[in-house]
Amino acid sequence: MQTLLRTPLYDRHVALGARMVPFAGWEMPVQYEGVIPEHRAVRSDCGVFDVSHMGELEVEGPQAGALLQSLLSNDLDRLEDGRAQYTLLTNESGGIVDDLIVYRLTPFRYLLIVNAANRETDFDWLKEREIRGSDVRDVSDDYGLLAVQGPHSLERLTLPDAPAFSFAEGEIDGISCMINRTGYTGETGVELMVSAEDAGELWDRVLDRGAKPAGLGARDTLRLEVCYPLHGNDIGPETDAISAGLGWVCALDTRFTGAEELRRIKADGPSRRLVAFVMEERAIPRQGMTVEGGGEVTSGTHSPMLDRGIGLAYVPAALSDPGHELTIDVRGRPRRARVVPKPIYKREETPSGSG
Amino acid sequence: MAVAETYPDELRYHPEHDWARIDGYEATLGITWFAQDSLGELVHFEPPDEGTRIGKNDAYGEVESVKAVSDLISPLSGEVIEVNEKIVEAPETVNEDPYGEGWLVRIRLTEPGEVDSLLDAAAYRQLLEEQ
Repeated sequence: MQTLLRTPLYDRHVALGARMVPFAGWEMPVQYEGVIPEHRAVRSDCGVFDVSHMGELEVEGPQAGALLQSLLSNDLDRLEDGRAQYTLLTNESGGIVDDLIVYRLTPFRYLLIVNAANRETDFDWLKEREIRGSDVRDVSDDYGLLAVQGPHSLERLTLPDAPAFSFAEGEIDGISCMINRTGYTGETGVELMVSAEDAGELWDRVLDRGAKPAGLGARDTLRLEVCYPLHGNDIGPETDAISAGLGWVCALDTRFTGAEELRRIKADGPSRRLVAFVMEERAIPRQGMTVEGGGEVTSGTHSPMLDRGIGLAYVPAALSDPGHELTIDVRGRPRRARVVPKPIYKREETPSGSG
Repeated sequence: MAVAETYPDELRYHPEHDWARIDGYEATLGITWFAQDSLGELVHFEPPDEGTRIGKNDAYGEVESVKAVSDLISPLSGEVIEVNEKIVEAPETVNEDPYGEGWLVRIRLTEPGEVDSLLDAAAYRQLLEEQ
């Protein structure tokens, strides 16, 4: 049996009464008060997530940019210092080894924040392909990461507006951290990267400022309402970026692993697509349920904002346009759903600085 | 949402965390405080059809929270004579009042002798302590 890893905030989660569960080799809080109140807090005010389990890789050297441009799907050359980009680490068949955010610290130094479950895979992938003048390091253990998300997150932290996917060194109540305008909830917010030793104190200050602690349960319902894919559920090494609807982060005019295959899939049109759907009947779709006509649910849950079942599924291209009716096998019961445009949930007013 | 942990003395219990309120040849069924607390806020109740015959220890429906699905295990054999439609509309009622407004179905007992096999509140509490 493998011992589960713990983030620097483990004792604080336990003290708050969190329900701790194994996740990607870590012992993480799935909920404190409850998934639904935590979800609502993020949609209406401000919540804080411990995402210190995520991996941080640094790539440094005069050829760091060249190495990453050849391995990542998005166009790295468009990044300036202080800007970040959502991108994919792809394999030769256009499959998705991982999805991640790359931060340009300097022209010769990049930070990659990657999924916890893929930290070692990504590191090995990059390390094996290292070129002269590039050095890849796993610095995950040096950092804690807090995601502070919600429409009032910036005022709670007394932070100015800033463009989505920008970042800067800063401090919260005297604690130095990197302040990234990124997130996984569809709300305005920041992700604070802090030294592992300061992570506990930063967490305390963020709670003092009124952020509600939120667990992995709410993180999943929030991301699914806005249709952000989860690696391991909706995307993976066997699913290509075009079918997954991630063509927008693939700079197909550049050279990167699998680009040729992705150009072919795009030209031919994918045979199936990852679509968002909403249940038309009372039922909660779950991962692995089959869709009539040859499809499969990859993520499903109850949407606290819509008060209905929602999900993502791969369906044949012919069924993939918004408006199409789907029939999902819910433990032997056929239940009607409808394909909807992404995102499933959208706030009414348009806020600034969302990310 | 959180209500205090209780196991009323007038109910009988099944080890799968279901309760029965016996009323002659009929019984009202629901899930215990422990069950609703373990699941978290309920967001779906999949009820049986009225008239369905269910056996003791059979699954007669499902309840779901955001994260999990749980079969409802019948503590007794019988025929479903009423479904609490309020729970279909507002499943969180089970969390708010698991032994009152949060009841799930009423059944007509087909094997009334089975009542003696159920746990009383003290025995059920002991079972929880041993878990």
